[in-house]
Amino acid sequence: MNDLLLTIDSSSIDWARAQFALTAIYHWLFVPLTLGLAVIMGIVETCWYRTRDTFWRDAAQFWQRLFGVNFAMGVATGIILEFEFGTNWSNYSWFVGDIFGAPLAIEGIVAFFMESTFVAVMYFGWKKVSPGFHLAATWLTGLGATISAWWILVANAWMQYPVGCAFNPDTMRNEMINFLDVALSPFAVDKFCHTVISAWIIGAIFTVAVSCWYLMKKREIRLAKESIKIGAIVGLIASLGAAMTGHKSAQSVAEVQPMKLAAMEALYNGGTDVGLTAVAWINPFSQPDYETEESAPLKIEVPYALSFMATNDIHGYVPGINDILNGYTRPDGTEEPAIEEKIIRGKMAIAALAAYRKAKKEGADEPTLASQLKILNENMPYFGYGYVKDKHDIVPFIPINFWAFRIMVGLGCLFILFFAAILFSVYKRDIAALPKWHYWTAIILVPLAYIASESGWLVAEFGRQPWTIQDMLPTWVGVSDIEGSSVALTFFLFLFLFTLMLCVEINILLKQIKKGPQS
Amino acid sequence: MAICRWLYRVYDLYRDGFRHMTLGRTLWAIILIKLFIIFAILKVFFFPNYISTHADEGKESEFVATKILKQ
Repeated sequence: MNDLLLTIDSSSIDWARAQFALTAIYHWLFVPLTLGLAVIMGIVETCWYRTRDTFWRDAAQFWQRLFGVNFAMGVATGIILEFEFGTNWSNYSWFVGDIFGAPLAIEGIVAFFMESTFVAVMYFGWKKVSPGFHLAATWLTGLGATISAWWILVANAWMQYPVGCAFNPDTMRNEMINFLDVALSPFAVDKFCHTVISAWIIGAIFTVAVSCWYLMKKREIRLAKESIKIGAIVGLIASLGAAMTGHKSAQSVAEVQPMKLAAMEALYNGGTDVGLTAVAWINPFSQPDYETEESAPLKIEVPYALSFMATNDIHGYVPGINDILNGYTRPDGTEEPAIEEKIIRGKMAIAALAAYRKAKKEGADEPTLASQLKILNENMPYFGYGYVKDKHDIVPFIPINFWAFRIMVGLGCLFILFFAAILFSVYKRDIAALPKWHYWTAIILVPLAYIASESGWLVAEFGRQPWTIQDMLPTWVGVSDIEGSSVALTFFLFLFLFTLMLCVEINILLKQIKKGPQS
Repeated sequence: MAICRWLYRVYDLYRDGFRHMTLGRTLWAIILIKLFIIFAILKVFFFPNYISTHADEGKESEFVATKILKQ
């Protein structure tokens, strides 16, 4: 019973992680534009409903056409992630089954029925249903996509902050004991708000960029001007909203995943009155020596800002990486155990689980089973630590968290400035007569918006390493006992398929944009 | 009768819509090819359910336990 650690081929873990990351990153190329364009096309059609000016109807149909291209390309790309759970992450999949299954099943049903019904009315119903019903269908298409995103994000949030569940040692599964705790977890709410609002930014930038391209080509002037106005207003509201929800998200992370926050900030040693790092030199390719260095080199910080971001108090306490590794006292006086203590308690939980299952198989009496269950339940919050060999294994790769966070925040600030400048131009100058570089700036911001959005996901997912489920199951235990080479094969297969699909989408989108609203 | 009329209107919406598709034809072709690749090729040949192919029916928890709790 001394050696409870798994000996799984590490290459299969690396390939399974890489494949999941690849699939999720590609999937997320399609989703935010769907969510963002849904808002734009809803607003444009509302203008048609209120004015009955055919210009607005044509404009709504144009943006709906671009929405349709992106929607069609994105359909079912997320299903592959579920295949990967069953094949590459079977231990994890079994371990979480009941809890993960419910939100994903709801997502599937909502996505299929709500979206397919209203998408059909939106595209086929212009001459078949009343304008009011059509407008409702357009908004409900967007709402359906947003609700789908909600359930996916609930599932993701549960992995980062497992609540509303109890582990059943007989079935080896976590079982849902409170659906509302899972569905309305504060972590899920913050994640949903931040993710969906940031998706609106992508929709707004895409709208402004397409419109700027028309202005550059001196065509579709009215469509471009009106769309820029709508895009810039949505974009500015969304950018400011993303900053606010990002602040709330950071507080959630500080509370339940302090290691992620410390990695994002390269905060080796914590304390009170902690500043937010504006810039510092973190080598992007190697883990810094956080154990011996006092702080990251060439660090320039905004005084008190990290304490405020994490705790809403400029004097608030924020633990650093070494504090988390060695244990610390929270401001309320409670002790956070050191990782070595958590490892010992995790091993106790695993040993108790093994002993319970063995005793049950041998028909042991009730008191024996109860005593093992008591040990298991007492130490279950640290179950995953029992698989950790070295305390440093729980430190995520700092450079990727540090830089991805700065890219996301930096670009987010740039978007606020951009949308404010565009709005100024719309109302104070003739937006159709600006120098060309203004239009090019908008077009260049499209890939940057995607980079910002994907960077957010990199922070969310790299920051929680090594956990597939926070504190409960590390990646090397969740992975299936399969050959790394077979996962590598499907990795490259996906790389080819998704790249092909992306090229097809970009090609069709560009053709539709060139044709314009009259096509 | 009212239900029949409503059902016919729904049928007519879809029938007419599919008949008059232009860009939609291309998109549907892509969707169907994609679904075929995902479900008929990837799922069948590359993504079997690991537990159901390796564990006896009803013994899945035992199988996962032996994987997680190497004794």
